[in-house]
Amino acid sequence: MFEKIWERHVIAEEEGELLLYVDRALFHEGSSHAFRMLDAGQHGVRRPEQVFAFNDHYVPTHGREKGVAGIANPEIRNMVVNLEKNTKRYGITLFGIDDPRQGILHIVPPEQGITQPGLLMVGADSHTSTHGAFGSIAFGIGASEMAHVMATQTLWQRRPKTLRVTIDGSPGKGVYAKDVILALIAQAGAGGATGHLVEYAGSTIRGLDMEGRMTICNMSIEWGGRAGMVAPDETTFAYMEGRPYAPKGAAWERALDFWKTLPSERGAVFDREESLDAGALAPMVTWGTSPEHAAPVTGRVPDPAQVSDEAKRTEIAAALDYMALKPGMALADIAVDRVFIGSCTNSRIEDLRAAAQVARHGRARVPSWIVPGSMSVKKQAEAEGLDRVFTGAGFEWRSPGCSLCTAINGDQLQPGERCASTSNRNFRGRQGTGGRTHLVSPAMAAAAALTGRLADVREFFI
Amino acid sequence: MQPFTKLTGIAVPIDEPNVDTNQLCPTRFNKVPRGPRHAEILFHDRRFEADGRDKDFILNREPYRHAQIVVADRNWGCGSSRESAVYALYEFGIRSVIASSFGDIHASNCCKNGLLPVVLAQEDVVAIRRQLHAQPGATVTVDLAAQTVTDPAGKVYRFEIHPVRKQCLLEGLDDISRTRQYAERFEMFEEAYRRETPWLFVER
Ligand code: SF4
Repeated sequence: MFEKIWERHVIAEEEGELLLYVDRALFHEGSSHAFRMLDAGQHGVRRPEQVFAFNDHYVPTHGREKGVAGIANPEIRNMVVNLEKNTKRYGITLFGIDDPRQGILHIVPPEQGITQPGLLMVGADSHTSTHGAFGSIAFGIGASEMAHVMATQTLWQRRPKTLRVTIDGSPGKGVYAKDVILALIAQAGAGGATGHLVEYAGSTIRGLDMEGRMTICNMSIEWGGRAGMVAPDETTFAYMEGRPYAPKGAAWERALDFWKTLPSERGAVFDREESLDAGALAPMVTWGTSPEHAAPVTGRVPDPAQVSDEAKRTEIAAALDYMALKPGMALADIAVDRVFIGSCTNSRIEDLRAAAQVARHGRARVPSWIVPGSMSVKKQAEAEGLDRVFTGAGFEWRSPGCSLCTAINGDQLQPGERCASTSNRNFRGRQGTGGRTHLVSPAMAAAAALTGRLADVREFFI
Repeated sequence: MQPFTKLTGIAVPIDEPNVDTNQLCPTRFNKVPRGPRHAEILFHDRRFEADGRDKDFILNREPYRHAQIVVADRNWGCGSSRESAVYALYEFGIRSVIASSFGDIHASNCCKNGLLPVVLAQEDVVAIRRQLHAQPGATVTVDLAAQTVTDPAGKVYRFEIHPVRKQCLLEGLDDISRTRQYAERFEMFEEAYRRETPWLFVER
């Protein structure tokens, strides 16, 4: 599948560096550096209609009826205002703060049908890998590369190696796509897929809805993958049909015929193969400061004293020191101060449904936020009454954006605060300086809200 | 972009694996326009207390305040695609990072800014760091043309780098002008491509 898509985007080659045609480019407020480069070089934007911008990182998640004027911090407000100015100047489509379709740059394009099978998509954001769930090649790039893409609609790249992960088995109750990808990262290590484009295959993946596939592809970067992909199938096509940017009528039929040619042939060869048995998994939590520091919730905090490798021992000890955890304590006993359900990993409608199912069983004991990934998700959830389930259980129902995932819109943890979070990174200070993050699935996050600790969500299903 | 040719400089050992770009440039500094302020931003939350006092972090100690080379561990620069992580390294004075593996996007961002990422075997980076800890302030030489690293003891390691990356770094070439030479090819390509998959093109 990768080769078929890659080959049709090659314009030229210089000693193994390929000049690739870019179908779609995505970015957010953080691309101010790329615009400075464009301006400095007096380059125009070559195909503005293929470039899409999103207000997500810097938007507030409450008080949104006031629009931009509601952002108190002038520096943050400027980021939002500048994106609007820059996109207007260059004729780029912006899903702005007031747009009824507003949301995170990895949530909105699939919803709008901008993400399609067979595309080469880039984003000035590492989690662009999310879009590979539709059978496209999608990856993150830096500001210089983004300036290059905008100026030329092309990108210089080397061919990545390919890695297929076959995931079979049906996950038990309380085990979700998030647990599958965390288990895979724990198994392979945070650099396990470095330099590789990962194709996720197998019966578990085939059985997942698009939301689950996106969660998995989203976190490809967390084990070093250049991108993640899932072959398009009936689930993909059913999701796409009728979306605003999806082809219509005769074009839809033509597109379908083309998309069906994309999946890898039987016997396709990959540079590397891995596998995982999803049937054997328990809900996962992270205990440290790298996504590879993940373990089944039934486990215990590791004891560095029992690790023979010196480098590993130092690393674990440093992580536990930052996280303020005692070796050997049960993971399910870790008490949390807050809960965050949101981010481009887990803020789609299926995620909110899973969390709501748990939220019905009690009341939140710690401040717990629900931040839907987009206005569309928010509206859908409200139509299903999920917002009332959450607010009835004491959760806060907020407006879409990246919010606590990266803590630059003003939402952040206080130093020392511990958060059960459905986002993708538990790096030091990711959710605010000194904040401590435990990555979990939306259902596990809801269970943490109800119990005030990293409880095994399966307790709620008996 | 400044060309990178050959550099002999103080090398700082950073022993941790998985140093992510959030460490190199904490997220709240992403909005800072590129400039000298980035020197302070590098590893900001590891280097400074909330009130601005220095913490005990290796880059705050002499002679490492003048380091030009980082010798790291595995998976350096993983995480976010932020190029500001490279600006922070660059403005601090770092021109080359030696590690056993890199986050892909970060490595590419380094090259676009005249900062050379060098991949050596894990046992080699460990060995070089050990020497640096034993002799703080020792220098390492990175020679891009020859594709070699020379450690304080004089041992030479060869590294691989893609020829195009190498040439761009040696000459300080910027990509956009390189790509402009393909304008005609681009037009032909796009026309054929549009015919094959017309639905991909958004009409406005
Ligand atoms: S939700 Fe988090 S990971 Fe996703 S784009 Fe926003 S900041 Fe990045």
